[in-house]
Amino acid sequence: MTAPPAEIVALVGQNQYPKTATFPVELSYSYNTLSATENGNPLYWDEQVAHDITDGMTVPPSTMSLWMRPHRWEPGATEEQVALQVHFDLKEKLGLPEAIMSDNTLILHEPVRPGDIISHHQVLRSVSDEKTTKLGTGRFWVIDIEYLNQDDELVGIESYTGFGYKRPDDGSSS
Amino acid sequence: MTLTIDQVEVGTALPELRYDVTATTVVLGALASRDWRPMHHDYKFATERNGTQDIFLNTPNLAAWFERFITDWTGPRGRIGRMTFRMRDSVYPDDRMDFTGAVTAVTTDDAGCAWADIDIALTVGDRLCCTCTARVAIPTDNSDNPWARKGQNWTP
Repeated sequence: MTAPPAEIVALVGQNQYPKTATFPVELSYSYNTLSATENGNPLYWDEQVAHDITDGMTVPPSTMSLWMRPHRWEPGATEEQVALQVHFDLKEKLGLPEAIMSDNTLILHEPVRPGDIISHHQVLRSVSDEKTTKLGTGRFWVIDIEYLNQDDELVGIESYTGFGYKRPDDGSSS
Repeated sequence: MTLTIDQVEVGTALPELRYDVTATTVVLGALASRDWRPMHHDYKFATERNGTQDIFLNTPNLAAWFERFITDWTGPRGRIGRMTFRMRDSVYPDDRMDFTGAVTAVTTDDAGCAWADIDIALTVGDRLCCTCTARVAIPTDNSDNPWARKGQNWTP
């Protein structure tokens, strides 16, 4: 049988892992993305331009997810902290040790500003029947993440399509 | 110069972007997006565990590269509303990324916001690594500012 297990199907559409960031949006950290991509957009480098266009400094929209990404370690943590926990839950529950992301969608709403506190929740949208690709045998899944700011304004929605799989040399898939 | 929608039509090509990727590009991009997964900084993990030829660009950093490509064209008043990309192959150190793109539709919504739909390809040599579709708001004239739109006036 290749359909996903009932316990996984039951998670579809459920809001999971609601969480608020433990640190505010930082202008200085956003410059790492601009630097990594050599992005000279004056909207992010020139305060006067930012004042004129966005009524103050904002951070690049493509950084939306990074403000919810956990520290890799923090006091009290007993295991590695990961973003997109639903993705890692699916890998474990479905017995699929490897995974890649194939598609990513960003829908962008309210600009993100230094000092904002972002919160989010994750929603599993779908899990496919078993598929075999050149990587191995596994399942595709779609996870949406909704991001809000401290005023409960919608900042954006991000959607990931992942493929969890077993490599051919890992034996047959479940 | 501010790009306004009257300068845009179906078929308008975006200025090409070429970039030579190094290991530093990959690692800087991953850490900039707070992505600590080892396939983006650990050669041994990437090659032996993931079976890839090297460490490779991570998803949020690819999004940032597409953002740069789009706003290099629009200038600061251009506002991206939506971006979807499909990762077909990975981008590795020593690859030369080529971004190309063209406008596929020009529309104005009920709120008067002007939009350009864009198709983008990220290639490395003969390899098509990513395809991307984006919807970006472009000022109707020099007095228009898509960033001022909120609520019902912003429908990406």
